[in-house]
Amino acid sequence: MSAQPGILSKQQREALIDPLVNNNPIALQILGICSALAVTTKMETALVMSLGLTVVTAFSNLVISLMRNYIPASIRIVVQLTVIASLVIVTDQILKAFVFDVSKQLSVFVGLIITNCIVMGRAEAYAMANPPGASFLDGIGNGLGYSLVLISVAFIRELLGSGKLLGVSILKLTTEGGWYTSNGLMLLAPGAFFLIGTIIWALRTWKPNQIEAE
Amino acid sequence: MEAYLSLLTKSIFVENMALSFFLGMCSFMAVSKKVETAIGLGVAVTFVLAITTPLNQAIASLLLKEGALAWVHPSMATVDLSFLNFLIFIGTIAAAVQIVEMTLDRFLPALYNALGVFLPLIAVNCAILGASLFMVERDYSFAESAVFGTGSGIGWALAIMAMAAIREKMRYSHVPPALRGLGISFYLTGLMAIGFMAFAGIQL
Repeated sequence: MSAQPGILSKQQREALIDPLVNNNPIALQILGICSALAVTTKMETALVMSLGLTVVTAFSNLVISLMRNYIPASIRIVVQLTVIASLVIVTDQILKAFVFDVSKQLSVFVGLIITNCIVMGRAEAYAMANPPGASFLDGIGNGLGYSLVLISVAFIRELLGSGKLLGVSILKLTTEGGWYTSNGLMLLAPGAFFLIGTIIWALRTWKPNQIEAE
Repeated sequence: MEAYLSLLTKSIFVENMALSFFLGMCSFMAVSKKVETAIGLGVAVTFVLAITTPLNQAIASLLLKEGALAWVHPSMATVDLSFLNFLIFIGTIAAAVQIVEMTLDRFLPALYNALGVFLPLIAVNCAILGASLFMVERDYSFAESAVFGTGSGIGWALAIMAMAAIREKMRYSHVPPALRGLGISFYLTGLMAIGFMAFAGIQL
């Protein structure tokens, strides 16, 4: 908890820190799972994706919060989607320009940030009712909460699945004369589901108030 | 013809939207508590996917692709609007969902009432936009994208119905408290994904 109490108000600090563990977008709000699973076979793609999503969420929250008093309620979804889609286009173009390889690996999932429920959900639930500063921090906080899950999943998947971290060999594979037999399941779709399930299990054992009612 | 049949089975089973690409997971987890609602959402998603994928293909190839505007004037042959893909696709999808909603309300009120709030939510279902983006990436023709859209929809509907049926049965089992609800659903989906992997490599 490294927030400076002098600079940020209590509401702003909560907006930033709450989504990390207490109100994690993936584990508790069931938002943004789609991309969380698909891009986590490698740390590199997960990092880029987290960064992209955090930036888009923060700025879409900021922009929508600035406009919140002028958006007619009946067309707000369309307005939100336009703002988000424009931000995603910018992100996509930047990724293509500077990290082309990673952008190729992420393939359609950069575009899918548009329909990532985190961005839309936070715009609708928070930015429409709160001032720009707090909304911006809420966006960063939720982006970080998402990144936390994404990066931990990618860490485990890349380490156990291919014995590497960020492309650097950590556990030497048997195929290369080492001792570690890679766990192929980790690189496949089911492995990701099991891992997220386990993370949720662990999180809810630690914070029993998140357990769902029967 | 054979190629289309193969594409159809591939999009339904081998490359299932929900289980191998994780698309549409949010509503997959949230709306799979009851079989009835799962069927409703599945039908609606299939319907919208079957309409929007070929529609977006037509727009992309006639208006947005590099050189696609050459039919307007030869000097526009170098115009490349493909960076607008995302914005246009999401617009088409939102519009298509709106039209489907109004049509159902007018002609099939029973189905409209059954689908209820799920219809508008489809606009932000990642499976729909995902299918359009895959269509662009894989360069499908109009007919191929129609087949691919329909197949993806059927596959997604199949997965969510199966999931809902399992979750209804789960009510009678003792799940560890911390795993209740979302956690156990992830394990179930993982097991289902393993099941669907058995289809890998099937060619017609």
